Amino acid sequence: MSKFIQTNGRHRTIEGWPLVFTVLTVICVLVGGTVEFLPLVLMEGNIPVISSVTPYTPLELAGRDLYIREGCVNCHSQMIRPFRDELERYGDYSKPGESVYDRPFLWGSKRTGPDLARVGGKYPDLWHVRHMEDPRSTSPNSIMPPYDWLLSKTLKLNDLPAKMRGLKSLGTPYSTADIDGSVEDANAQAENLARNIAANGGPEDLADKEIVAVVAYLQRLGTDLTKLTN
Amino acid sequence: MMIVRFDDQIVRYFVIATAIWGFVGMLVGALIALQLPFWQANLGEYLSFGRLRPLHTNAVIFAFAGNAIFGAIYYSTQRLTKARMFSDLMSRFHFWGWQFIIVSAAITLPLGLTTGKEYAELEWPIDVLIAVVWVVFAVNFFLTLKIRREKHMYVALWFYIATIVTVAVLHIGNSLALPVGLFKSYPLFAGVQDAFVQWWYGHNAVAFFLTTPFLGLMYYFLPKAAERPVFSYRLSIVHFWSIVFLYIWAGPHHLAYTAVPEWAVTLGMVFSIMLWMPSWGGMINGLFTLRGAWHKLRDSVVLKMYVIGITFYGMSTFEGPLLSVKTVNALSHYTDWTVGHAHAGALGWNGFMIFGMIYWLLPRLWNTKLWSERMANAHFWVGTIGMLLYVMALYSAGVTQGLMWRAFDDAGHLVYPDFMETVIQIVPMYWVRLVGGLLYLTGMIMLGINMIMTIRTAKEKPSDAAISVAA
Ligand code: HEC
Ligand code: HEM
Ligand code: HEM
Repeated sequence: MSKFIQTNGRHRTIEGWPLVFTVLTVICVLVGGTVEFLPLVLMEGNIPVISSVTPYTPLELAGRDLYIREGCVNCHSQMIRPFRDELERYGDYSKPGESVYDRPFLWGSKRTGPDLARVGGKYPDLWHVRHMEDPRSTSPNSIMPPYDWLLSKTLKLNDLPAKMRGLKSLGTPYSTADIDGSVEDANAQAENLARNIAANGGPEDLADKEIVAVVAYLQRLGTDLTKLTN
Repeated sequence: MMIVRFDDQIVRYFVIATAIWGFVGMLVGALIALQLPFWQANLGEYLSFGRLRPLHTNAVIFAFAGNAIFGAIYYSTQRLTKARMFSDLMSRFHFWGWQFIIVSAAITLPLGLTTGKEYAELEWPIDVLIAVVWVVFAVNFFLTLKIRREKHMYVALWFYIATIVTVAVLHIGNSLALPVGLFKSYPLFAGVQDAFVQWWYGHNAVAFFLTTPFLGLMYYFLPKAAERPVFSYRLSIVHFWSIVFLYIWAGPHHLAYTAVPEWAVTLGMVFSIMLWMPSWGGMINGLFTLRGAWHKLRDSVVLKMYVIGITFYGMSTFEGPLLSVKTVNALSHYTDWTVGHAHAGALGWNGFMIFGMIYWLLPRLWNTKLWSERMANAHFWVGTIGMLLYVMALYSAGVTQGLMWRAFDDAGHLVYPDFMETVIQIVPMYWVRLVGGLLYLTGMIMLGINMIMTIRTAKEKPSDAAISVAA
């Protein structure tokens, strides 16, 4: 060791060989890199399967991509840790098998707002519409930004088949029929939601607005596990 | 004998870009800092918090810190190798390509075109561009090493090598995605696996974008400014190799108690704690380089900036291992403590090292005197006070909220079941952070003014430095 690092020692020699130096650096980096990727390879097919966890419906998928667009992940986590207070506050802790269809994962790193991993079913659809339009209307003092444009912007569904085809090629089990019928399916789910919102005294004509997709996604979150017990 | 003239024009470009983007990035930082306690500052669809936060992080990391690193590398590499950069064309391509990437980011992020992965938000066409520009930069750099006239590579160059190769690997690894539209892609990995790749990348972005190039910068510019040789050659060897070897392992400390296997997080924690030693090796080598030169601090704003920078490197690399301890992370994770730690490193270490470098370079690049030493000193003080206010406020906010989340009363109920209660409690701290951030931004503006005035008072067109070497 001391031979290596002394002035004019062996290290001095490799300082004169940039190529060797670079290769050694790469090796150093790759050792740790490989060990970090090992779990990935090991986990392939090793994540305990939860049979009730199914891919997102087309409308939920559209909603999820809107969630990504708006950067909700910057304020909301979707990862409940196994602590007593988190179980009490948010519900059962998150399992690896619950995010197998999440591309990208949306666990987040900052909880400026509460965790949303199990927010599905916690509130009625209309609550979410009101909350997204003006968070202060449902949660006084809230610091969440308003998202009123979600109620006026038209929901784009025509890119759904391309998106689902992409996901299918990555391993999400969508069938060809799912993909071909995706737009219709999304429209049907959206109309259902919009009818429910209107019936409860909410705004009319939301069926083709972005908000329904976001609500569909939020209402889905974390419900796969409860499906199991029902 | 022959004359080798360095390409200092490219360094001037990068230094000016650093100041401009530093101002822009921190201005966005100040806006999002205002949005948290004052939601009315969310100015509609394109300027709401969720879309601007990534703009802030991308602008300050890749534009402010990025341009500064490139400036440092182009300036010091030419001098350390006694050679002009291999290709002026590649240097220009690197500069303009990088600015184009930044502008694309500034347009696409507010539009909501994002991958949703922290510090890797840019969508695939921009990712491809980053890879191309980086490769050109790497080729230019390594070919310059090849034509060097100095046999041995000085320690700063080791750190540049580590930076250039590792960032390439990280960027490509984390950007593996399938495009499903012009500005939409889905990552190759899902869920738990995506989380692993993301934080392997995310942690090492901190390591190889905000740490190793800055250590290289320190090793070159600090001894220059102090007019003292580096404290210990041996220490630099030991801490270089251990940093390069250890950092990559530590990523899973961002995933403690999540749905990833326990052993991986424990491994990440162990390596994070081991990182403490080589990190402090760097700090010690920096601070001890000033041995016998401490009196120079009185007159040199550059050295003062470096002392703050290196000290905060020491602080954040002590705090980091602490945060990776699982029981500590249980409290700190998800809270403002993390953001406080991030800015202790970002404002204290990266910011001050950049400021010190710029104040040292300005007179040299434009062959003149710094326009105002007094203003630079004022920058030092508002910057330091601003940074301290910023991090103190967030430590306090983070610990307070973390403790409130987990508080139970005697009957076994949550004391604060309503999440908003825990938010209202820390809103005053958000205001303090804003004040701290605004002070820091004021310092940045002072630097800008000083820079403009220095350049304007420079007499003629600045000439590039040259040395004579044996033919
Ligand atoms: C600036 C941070 C911030 C952003 C960005 C943000 N939120 Fe929130 N969110 C909050 C806060 C704080 C609360 C708690 C107060 C409230 O209910 O409004 C909250 C509450 C919520 C709740 C209710 C959770 C519960 O269990 O009561 C939902 C649902 C929600 N947000 C969805 C979203 C969605 C969807 C987006 C993106 C379109 C988003 N949020 C963006 C801060 C944010
Ligand atoms: C004027 C100075 C600055 C201000 C006011 C500021 C403000 C902010 C704010 C408000 C956030 C969001 C925190 C949250 O979500 O709760 C943030 C995040 C962040 N900023 Fe800054 N910032 C400043 C300078 C910088 C600089 C110079 C850097 C880097 C060189 C930086 C790097 C980051 C990073 C990495 C994050 C993400 C932190 C995390 O996820 O934990 N910031 N900043
Ligand atoms: C030995 C060195 C270091 C170690 C072991 C370390 C460790 C950590 C840990 C454990 C976290 C918290 C993760 C979480 O709970 O989510 C973290 C976050 C962070 N650190 Fe460090 N840190 C180190 C040095 C630094 C330095 C020098 C900087 C900046 C220049 C830095 C920037 C950040 C940032 C930006 C985050 C926020 C990441 C996010 O978005 O969640 N760290 N670090």
